[in-house]
Amino acid sequence: MLAESDMLVLRDLRKTFNPGTIVEKTALTGVDLTLQKGDFVTVIGGNGAGKSTMLNAIAGTFPIDQGRILLGGRDVTHLPEHRRAAFLGRVFQDPMTGTAASMNIEENLALAGRRGQFRGLRWGITARERERYREKLSSLDLGLESRMGSKVGLLSGGQRQALTLLMATLKKPELLLLDEHTAALDPKTAEKVLKLTKLLISESGLTALMVTHNMKDALTLGNRMIMMHEGRIILDLNEEQKRHMTVEDLLAQFEKVSGRELANDRMLLTN
Amino acid sequence: MNIVQLLNQLPGAVAQGLIWGVMAIGVYITFRILDIADLTVDGSIATGGAVAATLITNGVDPWLATLIAFAVGMAAGAVTGLFHTAMGIPAILSGILTQLALYSVNLRIQGIGTDLGSRANVPMSINKYKNMLVSLRNVGHLSLDNPIWLMLLISLILIGVMYWFFGTEYGCGLRAVGANQQMARAQGINTNTGKVIGLMISNGIVAFSGALMAQYQGFSDVSMGRGAIVIGLAAVIIGEVIFGKLFRNFALKLLAVSFGAIIYYLVIQVVLWLGLNTDDLKLLTALVVALFLAMPYWKARIGTRKKKGGANVG
Repeated sequence: MLAESDMLVLRDLRKTFNPGTIVEKTALTGVDLTLQKGDFVTVIGGNGAGKSTMLNAIAGTFPIDQGRILLGGRDVTHLPEHRRAAFLGRVFQDPMTGTAASMNIEENLALAGRRGQFRGLRWGITARERERYREKLSSLDLGLESRMGSKVGLLSGGQRQALTLLMATLKKPELLLLDEHTAALDPKTAEKVLKLTKLLISESGLTALMVTHNMKDALTLGNRMIMMHEGRIILDLNEEQKRHMTVEDLLAQFEKVSGRELANDRMLLTN
Repeated sequence: MNIVQLLNQLPGAVAQGLIWGVMAIGVYITFRILDIADLTVDGSIATGGAVAATLITNGVDPWLATLIAFAVGMAAGAVTGLFHTAMGIPAILSGILTQLALYSVNLRIQGIGTDLGSRANVPMSINKYKNMLVSLRNVGHLSLDNPIWLMLLISLILIGVMYWFFGTEYGCGLRAVGANQQMARAQGINTNTGKVIGLMISNGIVAFSGALMAQYQGFSDVSMGRGAIVIGLAAVIIGEVIFGKLFRNFALKLLAVSFGAIIYYLVIQVVLWLGLNTDDLKLLTALVVALFLAMPYWKARIGTRKKKGGANVG
């Protein structure tokens, strides 16, 4: 059943938050998904569809109620979050989440450079690393290479998000999880960060899951697109199908499959 | 008010400040690096004193006794850490629980080797235990047995070791735990273990300082730690307010904490000399610390008000 090239396998993921209370929330109702090595999959869906919950379940932020998660052939279902980190690169919606504000740019990179590795009593950053980080930073073209000693808290949201992306891919992850990582940025900055995302993914041939509110991005980026609704995947398009889709087609599809309109959501329909 | 009387008190204030400075460096690790207000210290400082005094009066070498106090302090920190991470108790409450428990533990420790089983106070005269590391009796001397020298040396070594440790791969990971737990976990750092280790190091240092304090004053008492956390915070905050702009480097920031403790004790000596009743000291300390803790909050509020005003004008 498992192919060598399967990078991520989700089998019947289920999750209910606060079961048995008045704030009970059924978030995942049976997610099945298999990603091949090198797949770049965009994820769309309305609010509360379970997109972020799915990403967080993969990352191990909370234990799932039922189902299995395989990463690169390993069963990670019961592995704690910090151990799964060895296989995952993550970028969050809030630019504050992915970096340590009170630490330097180079210290943040050095932390990411040791993702999933044993941390001992050797010095936290070497001269050779510093050179490597300087090169990587200059490729971002944000002028950060000359500010490596600056606290990350002094950077703008876009700069922090670009840095987080760099950190997430510094050590090649088996899977890159992008959770609406451009949603909190202004359109111009969002475009820049998205361009960088494309570049980093194609450069290293990464496998990636990208949640987005932007339908056009969802259609133009990556080689596959899935749509979620009420905690499960309701539409799964391959590269070929995606190419022939327009945003209008997508909306119509959504209505057909879910029996609801997307209009009341904060979904971005254009641009 | 005789100025000579005040001047005579100053060397003692410096020595006491240095000893409390060691303790305040422990507080800095939890309060500023791990972002945890750890109230264990009121108990663990007395634990350090209790362990050292009990061992020394039972014939153990003072250096060894002080190091064992460090280890026992680490164990106290581990208890708080496990209350917090393994049992899900809020950090501040975990510290309070350990602090309370330590009161009984300290009474028991001080009772070791006696018929009583527990003791509130262990006297250890410098006349009897001549090889104690520091003693207030020598604080007026201009010789090498003045405790200020050894305390200076110990403070500098401690700062050096902490500078090294928090620069290592593991130490950087601990700083990340304090700065942003979500990010730390995403980088593969076990935040729970990190917090426990951080609390252990901090309370080890605090107990170490308690051991020195007991030797300095010539006795250990179960209540010697009352309000220690506030004095520690006072030292951290005074250091930041006075040297914050000047000292950017981590080692210098720790040095500022030590200076903060010395300044605190010098100021205390002055206000006592000016006629303040010793009984009112803790009230004064608490109010001063509260005021300084409020500063960043007030500054931020004034900042936003100004911004709003500017927007209206524009």
